[in-house]
Amino acid sequence: METPQNLKYTESHEWVRQEADGTVTVGITDHAQTQLGDVVFVESPQPGSAVKKGEECGVIESVKAAADIYAPLSGEIVAANDELTDSPGKINSQPYDAWMFRIKPSNPGELSGLLDAAAYEKIAEADQH
Amino acid sequence: MSLSATPLHDVHREMGARLVDFAGWSMPLHYGSQIEEHHRVRRDAGMFDVSHMLAIDVEGAGAREFLRRMLANDVARLREPGRALYSCMLAENGGVLDDLIVYARPDDAYRIVVNAGTAKKDREWLEARARETRLDVTLKPRRDLAMIAVQGPRAREKFWIARPSLRTVTENLKNFAATEVDDTFVARTGYTGEDGFEVMLPAEGAEGLWRALARADVAPAGLAARDTLRLEAGMNLYGQDMDENITPFECGLAWTVDLSGARDFIGRRALEQAPPRSAFVGLVLQDRGVMRAHQSVHTDSGTGEITSGGFSPTMNRSIALARVPPDLAPGGRAQVEIRGSALEAAVVKPPFVRQGKVLV
Repeated sequence: METPQNLKYTESHEWVRQEADGTVTVGITDHAQTQLGDVVFVESPQPGSAVKKGEECGVIESVKAAADIYAPLSGEIVAANDELTDSPGKINSQPYDAWMFRIKPSNPGELSGLLDAAAYEKIAEADQH
Repeated sequence: MSLSATPLHDVHREMGARLVDFAGWSMPLHYGSQIEEHHRVRRDAGMFDVSHMLAIDVEGAGAREFLRRMLANDVARLREPGRALYSCMLAENGGVLDDLIVYARPDDAYRIVVNAGTAKKDREWLEARARETRLDVTLKPRRDLAMIAVQGPRAREKFWIARPSLRTVTENLKNFAATEVDDTFVARTGYTGEDGFEVMLPAEGAEGLWRALARADVAPAGLAARDTLRLEAGMNLYGQDMDENITPFECGLAWTVDLSGARDFIGRRALEQAPPRSAFVGLVLQDRGVMRAHQSVHTDSGTGEITSGGFSPTMNRSIALARVPPDLAPGGRAQVEIRGSALEAAVVKPPFVRQGKVLV
């Protein structure tokens, strides 16, 4: 299982990358894609919509199951990755390149509540058993 | 409770299987990508460890009469050793206790192969019925056997590369026929909608055959691919598409019930007295999304329920089997409730895919 050190994580298995322009990029972790199996369908939130930390804002369907995606931070969706519409399997092959959406945070203070790689790995390991 | 393991368990680990609990057995779910494995079976050849299923040998002078009473299909149709038949075993109320394949063997003996999850219940049921009868019948569960299914358009030729000595005896096997050489039983049957063999052999020989097949470039495939393959092939899964409360007429298996003549099989009276309460159809989702078991299906004739749903790698869209009101026929439209939205689906007659070709 891969858990890049430069990213932040949520307990619901999203990864979060802080960008230079103040936005954050969101995807799902290697552990999450392994648990889900082959992804066949991705529904990201619409750009322009507002999301609230911890709320459902998208869906990933694998052959096996459907999984809700939760907003790691509150803010406005500024981009969604259209590439995943035609190539949902990229979430399996390159989970940390296959970003789902970008948020412009409305409350940057929420960032400090996210997990670092070590803390997330503990959660992922516990989840496997 | 600890999980049972098949004779191939360590080999699955070595080949990178993700193992899951299936009916009390630790079984491979996939070896990396279930979609890849699915395509390998549709386009080339894949192999499944199905040793968790149970073979029961039914022997004795009364074996034939016993099975004619126990099974909804008629083993009298098996006119010679080496023929096979798919059948349901019913309870008195007409509900399905299990679905199985029965093979006719030399000397009036039979072999039935039942599902892993129902094996214990089936054994107890059969043993109790055998005790009640005056027929001479012996039941021998064969946990000493392993089972490997080799499936796909190139499955047979690759099997012959792995086991050249079995080529001559299996080359002319027709569909739903079987043959035996020493301890090895080879049947041209399967659960994928593709050509291929199901091979039963002593547990100690399983690893050798599995590795020889791998060397012949047969891809190991797990339960996940097995499920999408059988769903595309329109084949029912026991416990999901039918159970003890569903008759064969309510799950698309009327063709397996032999009501000709006066044969008194268990469940017959109930089937003849009560009309089916539902019809069984296929659904093809027209929108993006994935249908799943237990979602509601709305039709002009009323509401039904998906019994098996998922993603079809061959069709690249979602397909499902569903129990619907009895007067709904294939051809129309239905709305499936998926995560709060009603999505459009075409109502079709399964199978969806056979021998690599889309049929709906």
